[in-house]
Amino acid sequence: MITVEGLSKRYGTATVVDGVSMAVPRNAISIIVGTSGSGKSTLLRMINRLVEPTSGRVLIDGTDTRAQPAYLLRRRIGYVIQGHGLFPHRTVAENIATVPRLLGWEAGRIRARVAELLQVFQLDPAAYADAFPHQLSGGQQQRVGVARALAAEPALLLMDEPFGALDPIIRAKAQEDLLEIQRRFGTTILLVTHDMDEAFRLGSHVAVMSSGRLLQFDRPAVLLTRPADPLVARMTGASDRALKLLSLTTAGEAAVPGVCDGPQLAASASLREVLSELLWRGAAAATIVGDDGTLRGHLTVAAILARARP
Amino acid sequence: MNRLATTLPDSLARPSRLDPLGTLLTLAGALALLLLPFVIFKANRILPGDPRSLTAVLPAWGALAVAAPLVLAALVAVLVANAGLRLAAALLGIVAVALAAAAAANALTPVGNHVVRVGAGPAFWVLFVVLGLMATDAITRLRPRPGLRVLYLAVALGVTALALRHGTFDNLSVMREYAVNAARFAQEARRHLELALGSLAAAVIVGLPLGVVCHRAPGARSAVLGTLNVIQTIPAIALFGILMAPLGALAAAFPWIAELGIRGIGAAPAAVALFLYSLLPITANTVAGLRRVSRAAVDAARGMGMTDGQVLAQVELPLALPVILTGIRVVLVQNIGMVTVAALIGGGGLGTFVFQGIGQTAIDLVLLGAIPIVVLAFSAAVLLDALVELMDRGRA
Repeated sequence: MITVEGLSKRYGTATVVDGVSMAVPRNAISIIVGTSGSGKSTLLRMINRLVEPTSGRVLIDGTDTRAQPAYLLRRRIGYVIQGHGLFPHRTVAENIATVPRLLGWEAGRIRARVAELLQVFQLDPAAYADAFPHQLSGGQQQRVGVARALAAEPALLLMDEPFGALDPIIRAKAQEDLLEIQRRFGTTILLVTHDMDEAFRLGSHVAVMSSGRLLQFDRPAVLLTRPADPLVARMTGASDRALKLLSLTTAGEAAVPGVCDGPQLAASASLREVLSELLWRGAAAATIVGDDGTLRGHLTVAAILARARP
Repeated sequence: MNRLATTLPDSLARPSRLDPLGTLLTLAGALALLLLPFVIFKANRILPGDPRSLTAVLPAWGALAVAAPLVLAALVAVLVANAGLRLAAALLGIVAVALAAAAAANALTPVGNHVVRVGAGPAFWVLFVVLGLMATDAITRLRPRPGLRVLYLAVALGVTALALRHGTFDNLSVMREYAVNAARFAQEARRHLELALGSLAAAVIVGLPLGVVCHRAPGARSAVLGTLNVIQTIPAIALFGILMAPLGALAAAFPWIAELGIRGIGAAPAAVALFLYSLLPITANTVAGLRRVSRAAVDAARGMGMTDGQVLAQVELPLALPVILTGIRVVLVQNIGMVTVAALIGGGGLGTFVFQGIGQTAIDLVLLGAIPIVVLAFSAAVLLDALVELMDRGRA
């Protein structure tokens, strides 16, 4: 658990981060979202002390981050930045091995870990281990950047606009992969983005920042239904908040027992997608089936609409 | 429509375009060979020369043996586009011209006579330059890999060294001067390299950290680079003069310094001046190289827990290295040339022969100093260019 207590950063008279306190839940993805200049990146960089706070403190599992030298702290925390920041003069394998090497792992353990991560990130070790970053596609570079950050098995991963440089299709794939990785390793992830859709898709909790202040930090559904500040309502998109709310629940979660003669739809689809599909087909209800083909129940348009209200 | 019909077959019928560079080089070479003397004959070292053409010196079959490869080279230069063939033809031409000069010298020198001087004439030099240009142009078109370029250089130097050792050119005037000065030549050549490389090493030892400091502290950058820029504008001779006074005073005040060989004249002011000239390219290129390093890579390195020293040694310097090496290349080539002037203040080096030769109006002695200097500078440039390219590979 990361506990942030009254964290502020001032440069001269400008206050970039203003008294932020929050408790980031363990083993989940939390998102910091805000417009540019809202202080979200500075807040993230104060957690691994790339930026030293002017006042306040950060506790990781109850220990003040200032209890040890900054570089030792950072070796325990994964860090991913926009544009990946891979070392152009080192191979993919060498890039991934960076932190294990700094920690003095033995060569065999490093090799095994690099091979494992390449597999996890769908990069064939035979083809990519000895490639240089410029020989990879943008999506592959981004994956190597995340693999590098996870190499030393950190319990905490910080990501600063990690998908900002990707085109929409590769970006969606990268987001899926991140959810999968989080489930697999149970890593606590804190991710900064300016994209509210990305925040809602990935985050179990979302922090909304503006002008250096934390406006609200809660579950996405709460941000939509009970915004703490008019600015939160505006940033989460008041005009389509009903649809956003629907997109937070899957069909599998909402399905009620019983069958109907409507089309069969996947349990993993969001209510928003189910509603859209039903409207498109002019159907009143859908049968919901799981990935394995088992019947999960059914959903009517009326039942979906009931869930689009706070 | 009509025009198209007439021009199209015409352009198709033309076998191949004439090579513009080759045509120009051929014209220059042919004119030189016809109008200028190939060798200069002198009854002794300081008498005025007597120009001789190739045909006047060599027997008819000999002149033909030289002319045949030259005509072949000319035809290839004008008509053939294949770079490999052009290189081969140019090299053949260079060998022919060199052997012709040697043969002419042998023909004009009575056996056992060491007073007569036969030197290369204007036609020789024009042909040499023309064929050299053809060869370098061909190598540029071939785009050989860095390792191959170094191999070409090694083979060329090796063949030349073998021919010199074998005595092929012993009757040419430059080699006559060498025979007289052989012991001193080795000593001055070593001194030349020591001065050039020593001042380079000192400049790297000082300039590299200075560049890192300038990169880290932008406030220091303009002051340091500005000062070095001013030093760079002082002419070499003037800088030697400026250094004479303080170094002389230092040696006079502290005898132990004088015992180290540091005086107002000699190698010490030369080494100091070369060191000062070398600082700007090294420091400025270190700064430029470090600025080229991607900020994202440095940010990631710090974010993953590298210390400042590790970021510098493992990320910044390796990525800046190609640019820093370019600076070292500039300095090395510049130093090899500039050491020549050091001879003026008793610094030694191959420049000694150049200035002695000028003093005695003995052009051959000048060449004995100048030719090795050019070869050294050229070789250094080829070697370091190859190194820069190797370093830059795989990290575009």
